[in-house]
Amino acid sequence: MRDKKEDKSLITEKKISRRTLLGGAATAAVVLAQTASGKSFQAALTQSELLWIEDPTKVPGVPPGTLGTRSPFEKPVKAPSDISSRTPLQDLFGTITPSDLHFERNHNGVPAIDPAKYELVIHGMVKKPMVFNLADLKRFPSVSRIAFLECSGNYRGAADGKITPQQICGLTSQSEWTGVKLSTLFREVGVDPKSTWFLAEGGDAAVMTRSVPVQKGWEDAILAYAQNGEAIRPEQGYPVRLFLPGWEGNINVKWIRRIELSDQPYQTRQETSKYTEAVGGGKIRQFSFTIDARSIITYPSYPNRVEKGWIEIRGIAWSGRGKVVRVEVSTDAGKSWQPAALQDPVLDKAHTAFRYLWNWNGQPTEILSRTVDETGYTQPFLKDLLAARGGNMGYHFNPVTAWYIQGDGQVLFKAT
Amino acid sequence: MIRSGLVVSICAFFLVSFTSLQSQTTHNSGSLADTLDYPKSFGFGRPATDREIAVLDTDVRPDGKGLPAGSGKAAKGKLVYAAKCSGCHGVTGIEGPNDQLVVIKNPADPKVKARNKTIGNYWPYSTTVFDYIKRAMPFNQPGSLTDQEVYDLTAFLLHENGLIRAEEVIDAKTLPKVVMPARDFFVPDDRKDGPEVR
Ligand code: HEC
Repeated sequence: MRDKKEDKSLITEKKISRRTLLGGAATAAVVLAQTASGKSFQAALTQSELLWIEDPTKVPGVPPGTLGTRSPFEKPVKAPSDISSRTPLQDLFGTITPSDLHFERNHNGVPAIDPAKYELVIHGMVKKPMVFNLADLKRFPSVSRIAFLECSGNYRGAADGKITPQQICGLTSQSEWTGVKLSTLFREVGVDPKSTWFLAEGGDAAVMTRSVPVQKGWEDAILAYAQNGEAIRPEQGYPVRLFLPGWEGNINVKWIRRIELSDQPYQTRQETSKYTEAVGGGKIRQFSFTIDARSIITYPSYPNRVEKGWIEIRGIAWSGRGKVVRVEVSTDAGKSWQPAALQDPVLDKAHTAFRYLWNWNGQPTEILSRTVDETGYTQPFLKDLLAARGGNMGYHFNPVTAWYIQGDGQVLFKAT
Repeated sequence: MIRSGLVVSICAFFLVSFTSLQSQTTHNSGSLADTLDYPKSFGFGRPATDREIAVLDTDVRPDGKGLPAGSGKAAKGKLVYAAKCSGCHGVTGIEGPNDQLVVIKNPADPKVKARNKTIGNYWPYSTTVFDYIKRAMPFNQPGSLTDQEVYDLTAFLLHENGLIRAEEVIDAKTLPKVVMPARDFFVPDDRKDGPEVR
């Protein structure tokens, strides 16, 4: 092992030269350091560079900075593939997804859009075709709402049970979205009452398009420019995205640059070839926007290994049709169900945290959660969903998810 | 007691104002209450010119609205496909590595059958082929194709999928009329609020 003191002086000197040249760093603790000539210097260390200090009460901490940091001990990360990246549901608490952990699904990467050049065009069946820049959009009356956003292709299982909540359904996240109501802009441009659908088009390399019923635009659609108190992240549609509470992720068009009012849907590739699902009898369901009620236990879950005794079972529940009214938990493989406590506030079309206190006796068992929303819909078991859809899996798959707990405490996923 | 009384009276107030609102406007919305005091126009933004709309507005509707002038043939599309598409979608449009574009006729293998969902047997509208290729392909150079190339590629892919004859000309008039076998399979969302699982 190397001497810690020696390490410290090495780090410090390196920092001095770099930071002096660069003019200081944001997240820096100030420590006194000696130069070769014996002169005292104030040198900056970051949180992670301070990690080796055994007693934090004996060294001044990091002074205030321009940006907050995540503790270097905490390393929640998204799980990326070529086309999406998943939220680490099992690492989160409460219901707001930190913006940098919000899931992503893009159809040809994240574009770089200069907000100074950004424009939104609204045209088609309107009285006044208009162009709004970002500053224009921010001048309109604003609205904020906390709601989930979920990709409708958000269910996976694993035969060996070795699959985390992130891998099962990490394509759901929650934010506070702020922006201008689409209805406000509809009034501004004078939408023709005969218009029934509008096309929403993104300014990314997929020039993504979806048709949206005009009714949703009048009801609760938001053109969001902010997420969790700051400008929307590029991955979430910077500088402006469409946000349709309770509706499948893909239709919440990111980087939105154009809205065209029409009297029919456009039948874009994303609403025909994709985001449609076989439902048995040779039928393919289309324009299935709403996310059905769902829940998942995020603790305990794979890869946890739990101990006999008290366990607070935790999870989230949500519905695109309204509020969650009930979450039931079973700790005996579905033989009996108990109500879980819901964390206030329970919001419309929002992830709702639930918990259930359980004293595990150490015997192998299965734990499950199912939710009921305010329309009376109960989250189905996998076999019931398959039966309702002619044996097909596909988009809008929201089955009850079970966790099998082995005698040694190892938790494994189990399909229902 | 006092608290619940208060809640009741607020609700009653809301109901009254909401119903009176509904009669004033054709668009029903739970959020109307806070838009009542909005001016007719805020005056933000600027009028869009026809020219700038035309540059962006490349979408094609199922009725053919939006299709540009010109026409395409499968034989010419075959050459464009070989040069610009086959690397990702396979020499015959079947073998990938990216999305399958040509339907496999009567596959025996159930796995192949399950994956065999493409233009010829799953896409309900022919116009989507033109719209999508023009806006998004080739994936590594989106928006680089001329309308001529897109017409030719559309004709080629429709022909390879057995939807048109080799010599058929595809243009703004003929494309919307191409019969897509999957059209009849598509049904609008039939899920409703309430207990039924569908
Ligand atoms: C660099 C690779 C690449 C090239 C070259 C390419 N594509 Fe694609 N293509 C893709 C990918 C990837 C997708 C899927 C995109 C997605 O899902 O968002 C795709 C999707 C498609 C689809 C939709 C398939 C479906 O069933 O939904 C069509 C049609 C298509 N490409 C046509 C073409 C044509 C025509 C060309 C040549 C001009 C072309 N592509 C060139 C990669 C490529």
